[in-house]
Amino acid sequence: MSDNGFEPRLIGFLCRWCSYNGADLAGTARLKYPPNMVPIKTNCSGRVEPTHIMKAFADGADGVIIAGCHPGDCHYINGNYRTAGRYPLMEKLLEQLGLEHGRVRLEWVSAAEGDKFARVVGEFTEEIRALGPLGWSEQFKDEAAAVAPEAVTA
Amino acid sequence: MAEEKIGVYICHCGTNIGGKVDVEEVTKWAATQPNVAVAREYKYMCSDPGQDLIKNDIKELGITRAVVAACSPTMHEPTFRKAASDGGLNPYLLQMANIREHCSWVTIDPVAATAKAKRILSAQIHRLPLNEPLEPIEVPVNHDVLVVGGGIAGIEAALKLSATGKHVTLVERNPSIGGHMAMFDKTFPTLDCAACILTPKMSALGKDPNITLMAYSEVEYVEGYVGNFTVKVRKKARYVNTDICTGCGACQEACVVRKVKSEFDQGLGFRSAIYIPFAQAVPLRATIDPAKCLTLSKGKCKQQTCVSACGPGAIDFEQKDEVVELDVGAIIMATGFELWDAAQETRYGYGRLDNVITSLEFERISNASGPTGGEIVCKNGEAPKSVVILHCVGSRDQNYQEFCSRVCCMYSLKFSHLIKEHLPETEVYELYIDMRCFGKNYEEFYRRLMDEGVNFVRGRAAEVTDVALSPDEEGRLVVKTEDTLLGIVRRIPADMVILSAGLSPAHDAKEVSQIFGFGCSANGFYLERHPKLEPVATVTDGIFIAGCCQYPKDIPDTVAQAGAAAAGVLGLVDNDTVKVEPTISYIDPEKCSGCHICVGLCPHNAIQYNEEKNAAEVIEAACKGCGVCVSACGSNVPQQRGYLDVQIFAEIEGALAV
Ligand SMILES: Cc1cc2nc3c(=O)[nH]c(=O)nc-3n(C[C@H](O)[C@H](O)[C@H](O)COP(=O)(O)OP(=O)(O)OC[C@H]3O[C@@H](n4cnc5c(N)ncnc54)[C@H](O)[C@@H]3O)c2cc1C
Repeated sequence: MSDNGFEPRLIGFLCRWCSYNGADLAGTARLKYPPNMVPIKTNCSGRVEPTHIMKAFADGADGVIIAGCHPGDCHYINGNYRTAGRYPLMEKLLEQLGLEHGRVRLEWVSAAEGDKFARVVGEFTEEIRALGPLGWSEQFKDEAAAVAPEAVTA
Repeated sequence: MAEEKIGVYICHCGTNIGGKVDVEEVTKWAATQPNVAVAREYKYMCSDPGQDLIKNDIKELGITRAVVAACSPTMHEPTFRKAASDGGLNPYLLQMANIREHCSWVTIDPVAATAKAKRILSAQIHRLPLNEPLEPIEVPVNHDVLVVGGGIAGIEAALKLSATGKHVTLVERNPSIGGHMAMFDKTFPTLDCAACILTPKMSALGKDPNITLMAYSEVEYVEGYVGNFTVKVRKKARYVNTDICTGCGACQEACVVRKVKSEFDQGLGFRSAIYIPFAQAVPLRATIDPAKCLTLSKGKCKQQTCVSACGPGAIDFEQKDEVVELDVGAIIMATGFELWDAAQETRYGYGRLDNVITSLEFERISNASGPTGGEIVCKNGEAPKSVVILHCVGSRDQNYQEFCSRVCCMYSLKFSHLIKEHLPETEVYELYIDMRCFGKNYEEFYRRLMDEGVNFVRGRAAEVTDVALSPDEEGRLVVKTEDTLLGIVRRIPADMVILSAGLSPAHDAKEVSQIFGFGCSANGFYLERHPKLEPVATVTDGIFIAGCCQYPKDIPDTVAQAGAAAAGVLGLVDNDTVKVEPTISYIDPEKCSGCHICVGLCPHNAIQYNEEKNAAEVIEAACKGCGVCVSACGSNVPQQRGYLDVQIFAEIEGALAV
């Protein structure tokens, strides 16, 4: 565990049927994990778009988790297969934008896997802590200031 | 966007939230957030006075949006949306911020928890101005019910529903209903005869005009949603015309293949290739085992004795599987358990040593209609002089199943009683870890067995061996165990060793749960919607569970659950309509380029291409609201109500703004 004093800001897109309930179960079981991730609920992980992830990074996130039902368990038959298919493309896209590998993570967490949810968030927090801040939001502010200074100060 | 007035309500949940999160601090902070008109804290927001806070603020302060920061929306979103609606606000203008399950309960540091609570709440405060009023979609409800599995759970649920006038289809995989209970002789703790209490229910079910029994059948495919499921059931070929078969059994007597191990007798007795699994089977109809029948497997049974024996001419070698489609409004899963495979625990020698038997085998041996006619005998036909019963085989074991199977202590006591009753001179030993006699009259039953002279030895057996160390052990089995109360290691000679194996999920529980679209717990049993408050519902509205498919339990609990599931189903199918979430997709035909990408991706075939408009269209009744089309469209044309891009963006923004 690297203790560099940096507290990563994480966003977690959780599908409503499996992973959101898995996160609830971690709570019901009073498991403890780092407080760095704020969950955002979608009906299906297949709803998560590259723009959502970019928006998170642009607004100051240092890492993003997408969590959905295990293959075969999707409430929408195969929505999570769409997620799985899309994910490598998303990773490529983000790589081309200069994002280092490891800031986005796809996980299958079932409604019964509270322990897995807690573990994944714990691990991911430490991995991102080790990677350090991303700083896109600062960079965007600077760039925006260079283009239109009045818009930023306003 | 018009100016919105948001009411923020933060729940202490006693100390569940308030003990960790500084609620006062979060409330003060919330009051300073954009659009927030009022921020309040309350001990228990879900109480009536808590809900009244929201209703009053709608009326008196004219708030136009509300967020309740409390427990998981799975728990109380319906409660608070109802309160909003009662107060005159569209329910979808209320959001919940989950600061209990996702925050106070999982965070160690109070300062960090308070900060996280603000971020979670901030996401919702940012989102709320973008929420649109929505109306739940009202869909018709099919009044018919499907029950899957014909053990005592499924039988009970089907009968209860039929009594209310609903039509039930019961699908059972085996040739007969009855499940495990049909195999037992007696049931603990009352020792009433299992057949005497089960058979009347089985035959009532078979005759019930409101129940269609599909035995020897399996569900292959399920589609649809609450109130409106379409199910495909495969009726396996019995090679017997069940409309004319009378169940007389002449065919099984006539069949030349007579040495097929009977599944019902746990392989201890034999059946023919054409068989009725047991005398009280429902439906009482013959079935041909295609793998064993000479005509069906080899194409050559010269005599075809079954054909000549069958008076009505019911045998039909040309019969094929049939797939039947059903429409039902609700489903009860009652697929039960399987006995844990005791051969895995090799040190007990099951499958290797004669006279090491499983509990289900003992049920058959002790059963008057079983392979020994109820005589408790060893393989050589002699009565055992010493019987050792090993508890917790495969249960409460880190190597196998960690959980307690709940019924083994009790059925082991039942076995001791039966042995003592049949063979008073026989020594009986129960090797237990703890005696778990939790039910009504169970502890009393345990006491009674102590008085009957059963030897209770506290310890988990180390090994069962046939290597004798003394003349007394010669030619017998020996159980090596620690006696933890005496603090010694013992060798107990035995003529019969019964393995009280645990209860396991059905081998295909996972696949079955996937066909129906709900999940399994970590231990492999079906997952209930809430472990305490919704023990018979699943995450899929309209699908319920009952009996041992949910978790090991005894017959009284199984029957109680079956009743609960039936009540849950009735509360649904007794209505003409049900409201479903309006969070579905819509497509603006003006913007759609007609590229078709969403049409192919939709998991529910809910998008069709309209040639006239050259645009994709959402079929509202079929859309389930996954949002796959939204994220797939290159031009962002499909949008999902309640999960609009702008709403998700606003949540992200809010979560990162603090
Ligand atoms: C050795 C032993 C002794 C016991 N003795 C007692 C006792 O004395 N008293 C007591 O209270 N409890 C006793 N129990 C517990 C008792 O067996 C259970 O409580 C009870 O059988 C549970 O009923 P069920 O209907 O849930 O499951 P089951 O009895 O397992 O029935 C499930 C049914 O569903 C069918 N099925 C499975 N999968 C499918 C599918 N995919 N499609 C269609 N059908 C399917 C099965 O063929 C079966 O007919 C004992 C258990 C054991 C192992």
